[in-house]
Amino acid sequence: MADVAHDLRPAATADNRPVTFRGGLFLPRTHRLVGFAALVALILLWQAASSFGWMSPVLAPSPGEVIDALKRMALSGELATHLSASLVRLAGGFAIGGTAGIAFGMAIGLSSLVRSPGATLVAALFPIPKIALLPLFILWFGIGESSKVATIAFGTFFPMVIATYGAVDNVDRSLVRMGRSFGLSSFAIISKIILPGALPGILSGMRIASSIGIVLLIAAEMIGANEGVGAMVLAAGNLMQSDRLLAGVVVLSLLGLTVAGVIGAVEKRLLAWR
Amino acid sequence: MQLIADHIAHAYGPLPVLDDISFTVGPGEVVAIVGPSGCGKSTLLRILGGLEKPQAGRALVAGAPPAASLNPLTFVFQDFALLPWRTVEGNVRLVLEGHGLSQAVVAETIRDVLARTGLTDFARAYPKQLSGGMRQRVGIARALAARPAVLLMDEPLSALDAQTRELLMDDLVELVSGEGSAEALGMVYVTHNLDEAVRLADRILVLSRRPGRVRETVTVAGDRRARRSDDPELVRRARELWELIRADAAEADRELADVETING
Repeated sequence: MADVAHDLRPAATADNRPVTFRGGLFLPRTHRLVGFAALVALILLWQAASSFGWMSPVLAPSPGEVIDALKRMALSGELATHLSASLVRLAGGFAIGGTAGIAFGMAIGLSSLVRSPGATLVAALFPIPKIALLPLFILWFGIGESSKVATIAFGTFFPMVIATYGAVDNVDRSLVRMGRSFGLSSFAIISKIILPGALPGILSGMRIASSIGIVLLIAAEMIGANEGVGAMVLAAGNLMQSDRLLAGVVVLSLLGLTVAGVIGAVEKRLLAWR
Repeated sequence: MQLIADHIAHAYGPLPVLDDISFTVGPGEVVAIVGPSGCGKSTLLRILGGLEKPQAGRALVAGAPPAASLNPLTFVFQDFALLPWRTVEGNVRLVLEGHGLSQAVVAETIRDVLARTGLTDFARAYPKQLSGGMRQRVGIARALAARPAVLLMDEPLSALDAQTRELLMDDLVELVSGEGSAEALGMVYVTHNLDEAVRLADRILVLSRRPGRVRETVTVAGDRRARRSDDPELVRRARELWELIRADAAEADRELADVETING
């Protein structure tokens, strides 16, 4: 009997057609140029609206006028004065609030004794709009820098506590068990297992806390400061100097981008293993 | 050094999981523990390794650990438990840190255990860059770096595919087939896989379903290096073991949901 040939090659017929590809939707891709192009398009549209008189130059100056205002402020040294005042407040407040938040979040995450009262306090205090406490801080610390730094510190403290606590809680328990099984000390388990394991969550918390810090910085400067980007924006608004006002907004946008960029660079370096 | 389970019993709340377990494992000896799901095998291993306190009985050691042992009772975990932010070398280094060892000794130990586990070329790799089998080799290398007297293996091959399991089993056989000196490695090997048990063990403790009691102790004679997975005699022994636990395993399967709920 003749062998039956099992030919696995495709039989070409006129009816052959390719299987429809259905795997391409929602794939993560980076479209950096598209994002940049959208920003440029928006600025061009804004410039066109100003040039063709569609928008009032007093209420909405053109991008060119905003850039001119920015240049003038930079050359006169005014921008440096305001920006440096803001940066000092933001750095001081964020350093105090962030450090304390990480420490308290670690304590809540590691100790059940701290967790019960700590988690309750955080839940009770976190929803308070922190800027509402600025008058109280002014009473406590005076109208100077301390009250503004305290507002930023208080505002950044809570998101850092919550992020750190969550991150510590999410550290793979099997890694902690491994550390215990090899007789690692509590300090070694915290410093070599829990802290590095919680770092991604802590850095994510820093992104949120830094944004909150900038919002509080500006609010605090608008309420009680002569120097600082917030004070500059408020003064420009009061004097109907919309070009200077928008120049301040651009500075704030760049400040936010820079802080996010710094945290991103730290993430890239410390979390390269991911 | 000997590890002794002395009438160990344990319960999670109202649920008894282990009852009166006693056995000894000495240098160069492999004791496998098999039994149906939820019979307390892993709990027993954690008690033996000092990670959990038994409600009754004791885990004891007798004799001196090997010279320069950093962790006489050392675990190898089913899920590898590697630090993803450390390289292979860094994961091994973790158990050598904090003991006051010189850099030269640390480097030599790392070099030695990576060579013994075939990882020399992967020293700088991160766990995520390795296959499951290679990750478990890192787990074994890390355990060996601590110079243990007894390895406590918690289903170390169950997360691996069949081919990788076979390769790693060969390595484990070599690891515990030393000269039988006082410094030879002892092993407690918890597994669901009866073929692994008969391939590797000198004695197999068959636990009953919850609460786990030693239902039978099966001795496997002969040089384990000469054993082959497809050896008809070993296949027969594995089948005998299965017949011993089959009814319990079926019953335990029905009960398992309750146990997992209580254990959280």
